[in-house]
Amino acid sequence: MGIGTFFTSKLDEAIGWARKYSIFQYPFVTACCGMEYMATACSHYDIDRFGAGLPRFSPRQADVLFVVGTISHKMAPVLKRVYDQMTEPKWVVAFGVCTCTGGFYDNYATVQGIDTIIPVDVYIPGCPPRPESVIDGLMKLQDKIATQVQRF
Amino acid sequence: MDGAAILAALTARFGSGVVETHDHRGDHTAVVTREALPGVLAWCRDEPSLGFAMLTDLTAVDYLKYPGHADGPRFEVVYHLYSLAHNHRLRLKVKVDEDDPVVPTAVDLWPIANWFEREVWDMFGVRFAGHPDLRRLLMYEEFVGHPLRKDYPIDRRQPLIGPTT
Repeated sequence: MGIGTFFTSKLDEAIGWARKYSIFQYPFVTACCGMEYMATACSHYDIDRFGAGLPRFSPRQADVLFVVGTISHKMAPVLKRVYDQMTEPKWVVAFGVCTCTGGFYDNYATVQGIDTIIPVDVYIPGCPPRPESVIDGLMKLQDKIATQVQRF
Repeated sequence: MDGAAILAALTARFGSGVVETHDHRGDHTAVVTREALPGVLAWCRDEPSLGFAMLTDLTAVDYLKYPGHADGPRFEVVYHLYSLAHNHRLRLKVKVDEDDPVVPTAVDLWPIANWFEREVWDMFGVRFAGHPDLRRLLMYEEFVGHPLRKDYPIDRRQPLIGPTT
């Protein structure tokens, strides 16, 4: 192992460590899961402990797209556009069973899982998920961010 | 006015325009012909003793495969009227055939009917003659078919991905 490989792998680790504690999220809230998202974000569960305390309401300033709530086919192009507007590196969290699979909305109007539209990194099931599940999903996302090959 | 008295007044005024009347647990309903419908609606709104100033709901029912409706007209358009002055209600129904699913519009009587009728067109494919802007209300323009029709397959998907122009 040359000194160059050693250097880049350590640099990857350092950048991953920095990125996993500075998650700027874009909450794409469309439905009732938003309540649970707010509960998680507020002081009782306090996702600021994980460096994810600042939602950005512009996709261009966000790192993680939180898709919270049912996505209808009419909404799908909007979600795709918001995802496309986010700058790299970016991650996507499917929050709640509707975004994961469509949930019980097996009907004409609902997208059967947002992974049919955009890539998803972490799925958080539940209807709606408890704040503990959300924090578990967030920590899994942190692990993924920290250990992946960093592009910069 | 008592519900039965409203039905009696309607029948007395419109005669054969009122096909049948019934009441169920105090909810009074009159089924009227499509030809009589604009007159009935206008009279219900403008007659002072009725005073139905408010159209609380306008919707439709698809009776395809409904037990006992095998040979009747497929759709029913339903109007729910409410009088704020007299605190009484009335339900009007008009039967609509599948081959000619057109009903006269009520937009000129109650402006709220605009979106109600767009929703009925979107979901059931019943058109409203004279409506100023009969576009889909809930689904997107590219959507094919009318999803609340009973013959719309429950597992049919029409995904729309990509920005619309």
